[in-house]
Amino acid sequence: MNEIDIALTVNGERVTERVEARKTLVDFLRDDLGLTGSHIGCEHGVCGACTVRVNGEIVRGCLMLAVQCDGATIETIEGLSDSGEIADLQAAFEQRNALQCGYCTPGMIAAAQDLLKRAKENKSVPSRDAIREHLSGNYCRCTGYHAIVDAVESVAQARAGNKK
Amino acid sequence: MKPAPFAYTKARTLKEAVALLAKHKDDARLLAGGQSLIATLNMRLSAPELLIDINGVKGLDGIAKKGKFVEIGALARHAQVERSELIAKHAPLIALAMPHIGHPAIRNRGTFGGSIAFADPAAELPACLLALGAEIDIAGAKGKRKVKADAFFKGLFETALRPQEILTAVRIPAADKNTRAGFSELARRHGDYAIVGLAASARADGKGLADVRLAYFGVGATPVRATKAETALAAGNVDAAVAALDLDPPDDVQATGAVKKHLAGVLLRRVAKQLMEAR
Repeated sequence: MNEIDIALTVNGERVTERVEARKTLVDFLRDDLGLTGSHIGCEHGVCGACTVRVNGEIVRGCLMLAVQCDGATIETIEGLSDSGEIADLQAAFEQRNALQCGYCTPGMIAAAQDLLKRAKENKSVPSRDAIREHLSGNYCRCTGYHAIVDAVESVAQARAGNKK
Repeated sequence: MKPAPFAYTKARTLKEAVALLAKHKDDARLLAGGQSLIATLNMRLSAPELLIDINGVKGLDGIAKKGKFVEIGALARHAQVERSELIAKHAPLIALAMPHIGHPAIRNRGTFGGSIAFADPAAELPACLLALGAEIDIAGAKGKRKVKADAFFKGLFETALRPQEILTAVRIPAADKNTRAGFSELARRHGDYAIVGLAASARADGKGLADVRLAYFGVGATPVRATKAETALAAGNVDAAVAALDLDPPDDVQATGAVKKHLAGVLLRRVAKQLMEAR
């Protein structure tokens, strides 16, 4: 029972692999599938660098085991980027200097997109406070966060049809 | 770090989970949301031989109103509870507390029952259950039993759960028009464990309050009630309630005991205001 076969969908592709029970989702994505866009920071759920989507909901890739993802649909930053879903967020991060070393950026964008997607469903535009609150689980050690909040806010406004 | 090797199996029913625990005893740990367990595995603070994944057990994730109570299944995710209209309407204190539990990605996985069974002294939900006078359902090889929240939290990460028992659900009295709830916490970063927090419930009684229950967290080994302050607040005197706070919080990595005690008074004033306002 220490190694288990799993079948899942990652960024739209079917994947079957044999994994050790102890392997975390983010290690599986990085080491077995070569999807190194999801980063590993603290490995205990504090920093948010490993944030990925599982069945449509963001999770900590370090706090879920790969074996638990049998049958699941996973989206990593690579998938979100290739589909164009976050193209405007990526552009806003670049334009507003919302990243310096970039280590936190994949997780930061996955968390921001989660907020914006939900806001769109509720037909609301998140305030700066709501943006800060939603991104509170993602550490950035470079920017001081202001530029990140600026970038996310500008995309929130643009997606709601407001010019800023 | 990476976890030490372990075996993994899925329980499909509660009966199966109870049987697996009875068989493997202390070598096994239950895996629910995993938001604390997997962190301790990664840090090798815990190294079980077997993880019993109960995420697929049916019927443990419901949220329902049953008579005068709201029942929340142990496997209900924090995010599910946070977005529940039933919780917003019938369990306002829980609704107030949910946004403070971890971060969105944590709330998507973490479970209501897991947080209570783990009983971190700085966690929100154990204090909420204490403030609400909740009842906790437990299943084990010898059958089912119920424990009141007042008797559930016994020490640091220690609860009334016996080895090989499983927490299955929590029941809280459903709110009515006279129910008042208050919640506030101070944390270094939103979503982190609290430096100090306060969960409170009361009943509006004319212009005043009755049945005040103040449950502090982050001030000791377990959530604790400030009973003298409860009496003073029910008598309508906030200053006296703050003066009557008989807490003796130890120093920890976040703050000294003296700072925590001061902050407990600050929170009491904020929460008292919430309790006085109409729901």
